[in-house]
Amino acid sequence: MSATQNDSWVYKESLGNGGVIIAKLDDLLNWSRLSSLFPMTFGLACCAIEFMSTGSTPYDMDRFGMAPRATPRQSDVMIIAGTVTFKMADRVRRLYEQMAEPRYVISMGSCANCGGPYWQHGYHVVKGVDQIIPVDVYVPGCPPRPEALLGGIMKLHDKIRGESILTSRS
Amino acid sequence: MRQTYHYHPANFDLSEPNKFEAASLRPEEMIINLGPQHPSTHGVLRLEVLSDGELVKDVVPHIGYLHRCFEKHAENLPYNQIIPFVDRMDYVAAMNSEHAFAMGVEKMLGLEGQLPKRIEYIRVLVAELNRIASHLIAIGTYGMDIGAMTPFFWVMRDREHILRLLEWTCGARLLYNYIWIGGLFYDTPIGFEERCQEFLNYFRPKVDELETLLVNNKIFIDRTANVGVLPLALAINGGITGPMLRASGLRFDLRRVDAYSVYPELDFDVPIGTGQMGQVGDCWDRTWVRLAEIRESIKIIEQCCVQLLNNHKRTRDFDPQALVPKKIRPKAQELYVRAENPKGELGFYFRADGKSDIPFRCKARGPSFVNLSILPEISRGVLIADLVAILGSIDIVLGEVDR
Amino acid sequence: METPIQQWLEANNLSGAVVPNCQPATFILPADHLLEVLTELHTQPAFFFDQLSCLTGIDNGPEANTLEVIYHLYSIPFNQSLAIKVIVPRENPVVPSVAHIWRTANWHEREAFDLLGIRFSNHPDLRRILMPADWEGHPLRKDYQEQTSYRGITVKYDREKLYE
Repeated sequence: MSATQNDSWVYKESLGNGGVIIAKLDDLLNWSRLSSLFPMTFGLACCAIEFMSTGSTPYDMDRFGMAPRATPRQSDVMIIAGTVTFKMADRVRRLYEQMAEPRYVISMGSCANCGGPYWQHGYHVVKGVDQIIPVDVYVPGCPPRPEALLGGIMKLHDKIRGESILTSRS
Repeated sequence: MRQTYHYHPANFDLSEPNKFEAASLRPEEMIINLGPQHPSTHGVLRLEVLSDGELVKDVVPHIGYLHRCFEKHAENLPYNQIIPFVDRMDYVAAMNSEHAFAMGVEKMLGLEGQLPKRIEYIRVLVAELNRIASHLIAIGTYGMDIGAMTPFFWVMRDREHILRLLEWTCGARLLYNYIWIGGLFYDTPIGFEERCQEFLNYFRPKVDELETLLVNNKIFIDRTANVGVLPLALAINGGITGPMLRASGLRFDLRRVDAYSVYPELDFDVPIGTGQMGQVGDCWDRTWVRLAEIRESIKIIEQCCVQLLNNHKRTRDFDPQALVPKKIRPKAQELYVRAENPKGELGFYFRADGKSDIPFRCKARGPSFVNLSILPEISRGVLIADLVAILGSIDIVLGEVDR
Repeated sequence: METPIQQWLEANNLSGAVVPNCQPATFILPADHLLEVLTELHTQPAFFFDQLSCLTGIDNGPEANTLEVIYHLYSIPFNQSLAIKVIVPRENPVVPSVAHIWRTANWHEREAFDLLGIRFSNHPDLRRILMPADWEGHPLRKDYQEQTSYRGITVKYDREKLYE
């Protein structure tokens, strides 16, 4: 029998040549969900360039299991990178509704958080994407550094770790 | 707050109706919507394609999904506070946009030609670094549109070096607020010019590698040669500028024609398209012109570094903000200033009313806006895959199209 | 550049005055002569303005009660810039379209219509280009008031009222 200190939520036992892992179903589901969050490539403006930088060297999202998918039907997390305008608002909502549950939203950059620098005189800018869709994590910055976006993704991981299948998400 | 939002799919036709109506189509035609969200990395552009299933009969670009009201902000803020918004128009080449804007306001104030040479050389250096970054993104994402993943990662790796250099200078990776009216925000750090030269020595062979991998690749040539040919007369009439115009055969570069800043003292060529792999003005020519311009920018940066190290050294009492005016209040006048952005001619029209430090009108002529308007003309009768290739070769940035 | 153009205008009995303090040189023309002059500037070999750099619409404010359209022309062979200005009243601003002379003007005129409400006669496709088609008002006018909400989303937050 071997139970290491690091795997606090998992109890491993070895029987002969194979092994058995005993864990809570919640923990197992949450771990599998957060380890392969597929983001939808939803770059709107300048933050999209930083999102692309996060996906490439040296910040590399792929080591967290995040491979960008173009279609909302196959993606888990929607990273709103950039300014949402009124013309775009309906389309954002439509894409959000096309995603399958469990789905998460990261609002990246100050334009998506609260309207950003266009807050005061921007007549065509939605003052924050949470007017349209529910947001899980807000990442501040204009644009946020790739490390900041990775920090936001870590925060989302923490949030997912605390979920349970018994309580509904919305 | 969210409870009041009213979403209904029928609202799509109200906010952005299609130009072609489904009822008026012939039986074999269909409207294909390359919607605002798509796998290519251009941004939120919607293309309404009227096609018979194979060929494109007509394409209507729908823009405005990123309209961020730059001109309204410019009518409500003092001149020096507009510079961050100018950055965000063309967000991959922000230094060039700031350079054009600062040049315009300095002309209005009468500061033209009075800035110390060191400031001018630093401005040109960072602007050319940003030009390399912009062309790298253009080539890398174009490869991704065509289907090649590897050049994209190579391009982003090299671009990281440029962004780190710029972050070392002014603190921000992408949107700088560095070129101020009358000077710069900071001086370059100690050792910056040497690091720049190291980067250039590292980067020169990488450009050759990129050319071998992507631009001279047989598959890329098959996809892009003879596709989307832009005749020169159509280009001039349509107001096309920048690498698109030069790829159609005209050696017209505003850095040589207008001879602004310190460009007259620098030695560089202006590459034009010669129809090497197909016709003059096709997609391959445009990509090749951008690659050749990267090499010319490397030459310019090398000369700027040499000048900054030898002739215009940094001194202890050099203040980059010495000539930055406290209150920018130009006399009543109108001015149209233009500069060579990586995408084309970036123009600013100012009207100052002489009474306040807020412009009465500031219009930005975005090169991507004008370059995109030519898309329907050059993509009639092409395959849909060719349409994607043509769109990628125009190299648009939606922040500039919509402003 | 002003003198040959002024001579040509006088020779053809068209009125056009030079506006001071403008860079490049700017002429004001009445709206009915606009099409003739711009066609001449585009085709005549002495001038040959083959590129329309920019087309700007300006709102002079409710007191002056006028709107303006400014055409910035550039001649590549002669390396000459020129600006032509047209002033129209605010109630019914109609300007002839030059989209058939320069293709650049097509989208620029749509933008001027969208943001300022200037109508261009004989334009091939005059629709809103940047704003949604069912937006109310022309945003770049000086007396523009944002609509309170669009599809239920609040358009503008008042900074003072936010912290009440």
